[in-house]
Amino acid sequence: MTDDRKPMIECRGVHKHYGDYHALRGIDLTIRAGEFFSLLGPSGCGKTTLLRTIAGFEDISEGAILIDQKHMEEVPANKRPTNMVFQSYAIFPHLTVAQNVAFGLRRDPRGKAEKAALVEEALAMVGLRGYGNRAAHALSGGQRQRVALARALILKPKVLLLDEPLSALDRKMREQMQVELIKLQRQVGITFVLVTHDQEEALVMSDRIAVMFEGEIAQLDGPEALYARPASRRVADFIGVMNFLPAHILGESDGVATVEAPGLGVVELPARQISRANPDDEGPTIGFRPETMTLVGPNQAHSQPRETNATIDEVVYYGDMTYYDLRLDGAAAIDGKAHTVRISMRNVFGRDVQEVGTRTRLAWSPGSLVLFR
Amino acid sequence: MAKGLDAQARQGYALIAPPFLYALLILAAPLLTILTYSFLTDGYLTVVRDFTWANYVQVWTDPIVRTVMLRSLTVSALVTLVTVLLAFPVAYYVSFMVRPEKKATWLFLITIPFWTSYLIRVFLWKVILGYNGVINSSLTGLGIIDEPLTFILYNVNSIVITLAHAYAPFAILPIFVALEKIDRSLLEAGRDLGESRAMTFWRVTLPLAMPGVLAAVLIVFIPTIGDYVTPELIGGGKIPMIANLIQVQMLALDNRPLGSALAVTAMAIVALVSIVFLLINRRFLKVRS
Repeated sequence: MTDDRKPMIECRGVHKHYGDYHALRGIDLTIRAGEFFSLLGPSGCGKTTLLRTIAGFEDISEGAILIDQKHMEEVPANKRPTNMVFQSYAIFPHLTVAQNVAFGLRRDPRGKAEKAALVEEALAMVGLRGYGNRAAHALSGGQRQRVALARALILKPKVLLLDEPLSALDRKMREQMQVELIKLQRQVGITFVLVTHDQEEALVMSDRIAVMFEGEIAQLDGPEALYARPASRRVADFIGVMNFLPAHILGESDGVATVEAPGLGVVELPARQISRANPDDEGPTIGFRPETMTLVGPNQAHSQPRETNATIDEVVYYGDMTYYDLRLDGAAAIDGKAHTVRISMRNVFGRDVQEVGTRTRLAWSPGSLVLFR
Repeated sequence: MAKGLDAQARQGYALIAPPFLYALLILAAPLLTILTYSFLTDGYLTVVRDFTWANYVQVWTDPIVRTVMLRSLTVSALVTLVTVLLAFPVAYYVSFMVRPEKKATWLFLITIPFWTSYLIRVFLWKVILGYNGVINSSLTGLGIIDEPLTFILYNVNSIVITLAHAYAPFAILPIFVALEKIDRSLLEAGRDLGESRAMTFWRVTLPLAMPGVLAAVLIVFIPTIGDYVTPELIGGGKIPMIANLIQVQMLALDNRPLGSALAVTAMAIVALVSIVFLLINRRFLKVRS
């Protein structure tokens, strides 16, 4: 869907060394114009370093970075067509809101009145109309962030870089800002590059996500593909919750693998459900998401092709849903380990949350399994 | 609740009482004495208890006093200017260029001049700057100059050099603290918004460092205007500042009322200048929170 758009940012074999520390290890990446792109990973994975090399705050040790088809290696930060929303927002405390927003307009040849109108327009865009004369230090966290957005967007950059912009906000505010940022991005059409360690935030906001571990991109995909078909066990573990069971590969022909997993029995998995990038060296593993399996009552009918008996080990109630930790029958017989798996069920009125120790049935389909090998 | 607060307040007063009394005794009492003396009549070797404005009239009309007062103001203004201008780059370097784990060492090194007595440091400057001092003898020895330089001793230049050196740490530290408080991402934001390093310094770093700079100005200006040792030793007694004049009146001529009037006047002028700076500083401090 987005493939026809021209590339806006290209990273070619980007390496970054800090002394002995190898922060970026050969990043190849193309971010397209108008895309909402996220760099996702745990702290220390190099996502912020990559963002800062794009902004020009860090030199790269090797490789090339192009923005809008122009090489950026020799271009200083203040001459790049990018603007940044900093994690701390970096609002100038000695200036008013309007002066903050107008900071980058000093060289703009337009007149005073015209600039003032631009500032007012930018403030209105982020929902801060009339805040211009406020002192910057008197703003709340959410307002500071809006000022930072207005200050960057008023310059109409080709790329807006956002460094964990929502991490300092409380949950409600964060969810609200996520939606606002998506809307804002659609409205202005600027390429957004977001750095975050929050997988939920990345899934909610992005067109595409690059998951990074240890200075490398582990997977680059859209949110749905990333969630449903993680390229490696590590990515699967990082994005949402996934259950892992050790798998025993019985045979493989025409790309279809016949696999036995404790508690699940023998299943046949087609090539699209097999991920061959399994650098963690944990041996073949079957993975599935908590919501892909359902608990069914003793006599309750279901439409799933397979079912497994299990005992409820733990119940975690979340209001809208409940997590059940289950011991699958027969799982322990294979290698003596308990192999608890976690299943999530949406809570429905009229259906009781089940109790610990209850014997239950688990209905599932082989189509929801992923094999990492 | 109110009762609890009262008890707390009482405890607070009890806690501050000893230092308060101490401050009253060593600060307020001498000040009041000086203030009283300045309105009394000089009776040659004694002080006559007759109220008079005569001391102030003399202080404010005597051309010698005016010259010395103006010189004191000029010298301390010069010292302040030189000290702060030299201190800023040092503070900037330590804050921005020195690695965090080395900063403590640098600050420690900056305070080294304090390890020797002020008097000895001043005297050392005399040795360095003197007619047959280190600078002159080396330069003549090397054949760079034929006659010793005279503009570096027994004049305002030498006083400024000595005082600027003596007060450098007092200026470096407050500026350093102000620079340390600046969030480094603000500087990146300045660059990100299209400004060069120099313009970012001008538009972001300098305004945010101003509280430190103004504190440095006050800390240097106030004590230097009343400095007594340096003009005496480095100035060779030929270019007295206001403190020297007070000393002469108080001790040599034993005219305590006139000396007191001089002291009160000098204090009033310093207070006035300080208030102006404090008001300016309040503008800069207001933005911090």
